[in-house]
Amino acid sequence: MNTTVKRKKAAANEDDIGRDVRLELYRMQVELRYCEKRAYDLFLQNLIKGTSHLSLGQEAIAAAFGVAMRPDDWTFCTYRGHAHTLARGASMAGVLGELMGRECGLLGGKGGSMHLTDVTKGAMGSYAIIGAHLPVAAGAAWSAQYRGTEQVAVCFFGDGTTNIGAFHEALNFSVVWKLPVIFVCENNLYMEYTPIGSVTAVEHPAADRACAYGLEKIVVDGNDADEVYRTAVEYMGRARKGGGPALIEAMTYRHSGHSRADPAKYRPEGELDRWLERDPLKIYRERLLGLGIVEATLKDIENETLCKVDDATATAKASPPPSLDAIAKNVWADGGAAWRN
Amino acid sequence: MAELTYRDAVAAGIAQEMARDERVVFLGEDIGAAGGVFKTTVGLLEQFGPKRVRDTPISEQAILGAAMGAAMTGLRPIAEIMFSDFLAVCWDLVANEIAKIRYMTNGQVSLPLVIRTANGAGSRFGAQHSQAVENWAMAIPGIKVVAPAFPADVKGLLAAAVRDPDPVLFFEQKSLYALKGEVPDGEHVDHLGEAKVLRQGKDCTIVALALMVHRALDAAAILERDHGISCTVIDVRSLVPLDTQTILSEVVKTGRLVTVEENPRLCGWGAEIASIVADECFWDLDGPIVRITTPHQPLPAADQLEDATIPSVERVVREIREKID
Repeated sequence: MNTTVKRKKAAANEDDIGRDVRLELYRMQVELRYCEKRAYDLFLQNLIKGTSHLSLGQEAIAAAFGVAMRPDDWTFCTYRGHAHTLARGASMAGVLGELMGRECGLLGGKGGSMHLTDVTKGAMGSYAIIGAHLPVAAGAAWSAQYRGTEQVAVCFFGDGTTNIGAFHEALNFSVVWKLPVIFVCENNLYMEYTPIGSVTAVEHPAADRACAYGLEKIVVDGNDADEVYRTAVEYMGRARKGGGPALIEAMTYRHSGHSRADPAKYRPEGELDRWLERDPLKIYRERLLGLGIVEATLKDIENETLCKVDDATATAKASPPPSLDAIAKNVWADGGAAWRN
Repeated sequence: MAELTYRDAVAAGIAQEMARDERVVFLGEDIGAAGGVFKTTVGLLEQFGPKRVRDTPISEQAILGAAMGAAMTGLRPIAEIMFSDFLAVCWDLVANEIAKIRYMTNGQVSLPLVIRTANGAGSRFGAQHSQAVENWAMAIPGIKVVAPAFPADVKGLLAAAVRDPDPVLFFEQKSLYALKGEVPDGEHVDHLGEAKVLRQGKDCTIVALALMVHRALDAAAILERDHGISCTVIDVRSLVPLDTQTILSEVVKTGRLVTVEENPRLCGWGAEIASIVADECFWDLDGPIVRITTPHQPLPAADQLEDATIPSVERVVREIREKID
């Protein structure tokens, strides 16, 4: 068993990934970044209510998996799930509309920011109770195994999740049943306000626990889309062929606070600046230029994405609030809410 | 008609549905090789094999999470939680996830799954293995709640629960497992949300669930024979959906309502039925509604103490005589 796995990095500048995939990885990261920055602007305009948890700075992970996954694979993510849902191809107007509580929202305004779901795209839900969705992802993987479809379930969660029971139950269960599920811990160093290191017995909250479940210790640079992509391809491919689960810890950093209410003043001075130097979009843009992709190509991607975000924003703003009829719909499969005759 | 125990009716119901639909899978602790700690699932592993009947680790969150993930991707799982008290360690999956995902996703996700569990007192197991917690489940919108009293209902309602497109929490009363009763031959599928009138009377309507149905029937026989009080007895069978029409129409006929509940007093299911009856047929009542429940306290273990805590036949007779006569 490897004690540390960072080998994916060594090949970072080799052209094993290919120009088309790399451009898609860049486009996806730009889309996630621009859309979430727009969401932040809409908050400031009071067009988005409630809470919201942005992935700014963490986009490489959702983007790389989104590009690597098969259309019929399944994503399970957390309340910090705008990026993961978009990365499966969910409608951007549907995402922004849901955040704004509009009829065009992915969930018709009934779920909100923390529950984005688009089953038609394999985005099987955003779960707002820490740890809850790890066993659910295992269950989807069980279904794929049972039906022999070679689908894979990918489950994203934060570092704080590694200290709750459901994490450990799901890992043991998935290994024992050899399920095609990939658990991806996005370690952004803070559970909410508290540094994960100050409340966890080991340095790597996910990877250092892997050995307890007979799994390889995998730590990757979560701000390097190529490294995450290679890791995703390798372990999803293995899971598809019956090789069982993997637990991947991707090191990253959120540029903003935990939620819209959090100015993140608990971070030591200079830490954010150091991580901004390691911004996944900045790293990737420089890499693509270094690989000979011309500036104009990248500018085109950025401009097209900005147009897409503008269009989605306009669509969401133009959408009416949901009809009050929606309140009593879809408690049950018959479409209604009746509990008595 | 064949005579089956309540226990064997569980396996018969599961087997009927597994034989019919290969999407039906079954998971839980000690359910396969051991045949269940209450021997309710004996023979299923041999009949359907380890791919469909799967023993799990002691991981209730994993069990219910796996059932949920499987249900949302095309299977129709039956999950066993060994004792209903253990629902507390996986209540997040029940209350926050399984019950809510259809609503939160505006109908994108369906969860055709069944959670079976051994519920209730009478086995001298003490406060953590004897609770009647069907009222916990009833308080959560988005989950159906069923609790059979007879072997035929175990099989028929379990089959209906498996075929239902919504999640169902299925409470088996563990001290009824040895009870024998007639079960229809061949395929037997009942309907969720239908109460049954088991006995017609003219003085009082007793509404009961699971083990308490048997206590109510015995009490009604004594009240009629020894005291000239004639009681209707309704087996609620399903708390969600709740067959209020049957209850209301019988209460109107007798003018009196008595609920007999195994759950502790506060917010027991009888309180909801009392509220509905008070709202909708108050002017047909001839006197106050009576709730007979377990007191609002944990359950003791010793046989004499446990028997004196949950509603007994004698207590039902006494309270009805005192308050109705």
